[in-house]
Amino acid sequence: MDAILLQTLNGLDKGSAYALIALGLTLIFGTLGVVNFAHGALFMVGAFCAVTVSRLLTLSYTVIDETRTDFLGNPMKVDMPYLKSWLGETVGGTIIDWSVPLAILFTIPVMLVLGYAMERGLIKHFYKRPHADQILVTFGLAIVLQELIKHYFGANPIPTPAPPMLTGSFDFGALVGMDPNQVIYPYWRLVYFLFSAAIIGAVFAFLQFTTFGMVVRAGMADRETVGLLGINIDRRFTIMFGIAAAVAGLAGTMYAPIISPNYHMGMDFLVLSFVVVVVGGMGSLPGAVLAGFLLGVLESFSSMNEIKNILPGIDQIIIYLVAIVILLTRPRGLMGRKGVMEE
Amino acid sequence: MLGLEKKDATLLLVVIALALAAPILLNPFPTESAMAQFNAGYPDLMQKFAIYGIFAIGFNILFGLTGYLSFGHAAFLGVGSYSAVWMFKLLSMNVIPALVLAVLVSSLFALVIGYISLRRSGIYFSILTLAFAQMSFNLAYSVLTPITNGETGLQLSLDDPRILGISQTADGGIPLTSLFGLAMRDSVAVKLGGWSFEFSVGYYVCAILMLVCFYLAMRIFRSPFGLMLRAVKTNQTRLNYTGLNSRPYTLAAFVISGMYAGLAGGLLAAMDPLAGAERMQWTASGEVVLMTILGGAGTLFGPVLGAGFIKYFENIFSKINDSVLQNWFGFLPDGVENVVLWVVEHFVGPGWHLTLGLLFMLVVIFLPGGLMEGGQRIAGLLRGKRKSGGDGGGDDPEYHPGQTPHVAE
Amino acid sequence: MGILEVKGVNKRFGGLQALGDVNLSVTENSVHAIIGPNGAGKSTLLNCLVGKLIPDTGSVMFNGQSVLGRKPHEINQMGISRVFQTPEIFGDLTVLENVLIPCFARRDGAFSMHAFETVGQERDMLDEAMQMLEDMNMADKRDMHAASMSRGDKRRLEMAMCLVQQPRLLLLDEPTAGMSRADTNNTIELLKQIKGKRDITMAIIEHDMHVVFSLADRITVLAQGSPLVEDTPENIKGHPKVREAYLGESA
Repeated sequence: MDAILLQTLNGLDKGSAYALIALGLTLIFGTLGVVNFAHGALFMVGAFCAVTVSRLLTLSYTVIDETRTDFLGNPMKVDMPYLKSWLGETVGGTIIDWSVPLAILFTIPVMLVLGYAMERGLIKHFYKRPHADQILVTFGLAIVLQELIKHYFGANPIPTPAPPMLTGSFDFGALVGMDPNQVIYPYWRLVYFLFSAAIIGAVFAFLQFTTFGMVVRAGMADRETVGLLGINIDRRFTIMFGIAAAVAGLAGTMYAPIISPNYHMGMDFLVLSFVVVVVGGMGSLPGAVLAGFLLGVLESFSSMNEIKNILPGIDQIIIYLVAIVILLTRPRGLMGRKGVMEE
Repeated sequence: MLGLEKKDATLLLVVIALALAAPILLNPFPTESAMAQFNAGYPDLMQKFAIYGIFAIGFNILFGLTGYLSFGHAAFLGVGSYSAVWMFKLLSMNVIPALVLAVLVSSLFALVIGYISLRRSGIYFSILTLAFAQMSFNLAYSVLTPITNGETGLQLSLDDPRILGISQTADGGIPLTSLFGLAMRDSVAVKLGGWSFEFSVGYYVCAILMLVCFYLAMRIFRSPFGLMLRAVKTNQTRLNYTGLNSRPYTLAAFVISGMYAGLAGGLLAAMDPLAGAERMQWTASGEVVLMTILGGAGTLFGPVLGAGFIKYFENIFSKINDSVLQNWFGFLPDGVENVVLWVVEHFVGPGWHLTLGLLFMLVVIFLPGGLMEGGQRIAGLLRGKRKSGGDGGGDDPEYHPGQTPHVAE
Repeated sequence: MGILEVKGVNKRFGGLQALGDVNLSVTENSVHAIIGPNGAGKSTLLNCLVGKLIPDTGSVMFNGQSVLGRKPHEINQMGISRVFQTPEIFGDLTVLENVLIPCFARRDGAFSMHAFETVGQERDMLDEAMQMLEDMNMADKRDMHAASMSRGDKRRLEMAMCLVQQPRLLLLDEPTAGMSRADTNNTIELLKQIKGKRDITMAIIEHDMHVVFSLADRITVLAQGSPLVEDTPENIKGHPKVREAYLGESA
């Protein structure tokens, strides 16, 4: 029982990331009809937004600390972040500690602008081109984004810690009345899950309850008719692209403490997120979210030793296996609509 | 000649001449000159041209003709490499059995993967192939370690059995890959004035296989089978209602292209007997897609051109470093020089992949038909100017199948 | 006994009875038209004939063999060719190549690995295809990109692709849908020529009365998924039930 609970919990954070990326992919695919292979790169850029903010906040100058000495007996040189000297040790320090959550404020505008520029500058010209061309050009863009990040941030993963308050773990099992010390769960993963749930909820609420969302949903169902009604659907789709980019970016920003951002994390997540989209059903938003969590949890279960002993290596391939089985038996995925991306 | 129409025979002869004379043609600059760094006529690089040429020719049979965009072909390349290295470990250092096994194993892989993936088309097909390739990659890194030697990669060792050969040479080294005694690494260097040309066994093995592959692809392109593959790309509904079953056609194309990839993988191992999982990674699949598109998908010569282009620039761009750049732009005023250096730096050395990504985008955006189309456009412009002189252009009574210029779904 | 025998075919989509107890017999070497107002079930019936849909009950026999459950390419290989509402051709190929493909399909079957023959040296096939293009007055267009032709020419090409297979039954799905008067008349002329030149059985699904009455030997009127009446054009014209159900509406 605790094992099941533990694995479910462990799968949730990865599942959240899959769900968020898949949600954006589906939004873009459903509204614009574009297959965006650069979406993983947006997730990665989001993670590096967290790195950037954390670096900006810790910009330092060197001071000489007379109270301490280095091994030669000279006074020690210490990096002093400007923030600390301006705002004092406590306030400045707290801000620095909370750099990852604070990075959200930076990520949102950056991703909106990036998404807007991408759609207007590139994707727009590919609406009428074959899907293969869309895949190829966004694939190229993904490489470009990835290499730029690599150029400026290097090839090594950059540890980006969560606020110290949230770095520890807590006994989830004891909370729900089980034996203590059975189900230990890191705080930040819980935060990530709740954060994702909030974003997913917000996106759905936005689509469900605003006029804008209604038009977008109508456009997803039948673009031409909505266009005929005299609604400027293109502009709305541009905004939708920006939102999808922001969702992917936020997913990346908050994931930074879990994975230590590296330049190829986008590609790694993209492949899996695409599989998630396909399993969920091309064009289905609830399908993408459901499949994201489902596959995340499934992956986590398959990495249990009990299962790996029976089927070695299963944790490496379970997601792909599920995708293949689903595609062959339920070509539309779990919740796919009829007529989307069919022959 | 060889059952080819005149135009194709000419193309084949040109390609043969280019391939055989490559060690000379690709070394246009004297060894001591400053331009020597742009020479490409050394065995390592030329082997890559030929091997990736084979890979791209094969990929083009699938993608260029049927329009099915596979993102998993690197898996076959990797499988080919592993098979070949195992043959070197177990049987002998002769490349023939290694290449045969590489082609056989990869064709079996392609049969299984193709059989499943081809039940879907369009983007679903792309994702299925991608899923299979990633699966192979992950497995090669984890549970299949006894076969693949995981992260280290599969290598030869001194205690390999090599039933038909020797485990180690007289001086205690690992024997070299060879073709009936001719070591792949053997080469003859010819000095001619300031020039130096190196003719290597390995390159000529690769080149001859590439020429055979090119010839076979040419025959497929011009055959009724090839016509059916092109028909698959343009209208599957009509094809089915014309009494043709598209599934076995696409599967045959998939397996053939898988065999080409396997051969390429085997050759990589024959030139340098080791195999690693990174060869199967999806970026490697992306690279062959790029080669094909850049050269011109659906054209005969395009993929070879694309493969050569990319491998050449990869080599050149990766070699350029800061000091080379400072040499080049040293004549500029300091401020300007710094700006230029800052910009160029992104694209050279380790930044080659950035150039590759940009190139990818530019080709897809502006030149969907690839370099071949670009060349035709330029030739068309030139001819257009000349034609005003009054050359009617002879009507060709023979039948020539047209080439499909655009990348389709 | 007709070459195509449809017996007791029913097809439901959810609550909608698309076809109800359809019986139909197409005699060899005749032109049989199936008409009816929109929603009468014409397209559903056609899709049942070509293997795209499988009826819930009933049988569809072609030349003594059931077509049910067979794939489109198998049904074509049995001798049924189909012309679509909007011409389905191989747009990226040349006109000649378009006609060559059905030639190969007839000679080699549903799949064959002729990977080492050269199309340009298949004299018989080339001659056959060129002959067909000449019959259709399209010989001069043989090297054209099929997609770049006019709609009328595409229709003509599609007919050529079907006829070169020498089908035992040619199915035409609203061959004049969306065409101008002039194009419609041209198509009627073309079909008349084809009918005059060779022995061929045609089944035409159509709602344009003009087309039907100028071509058909027999007409079946479908209404609400069931055959109302089957007779010669002359008798159909005067039939009170038909006037009521169909002509009355459109007049």
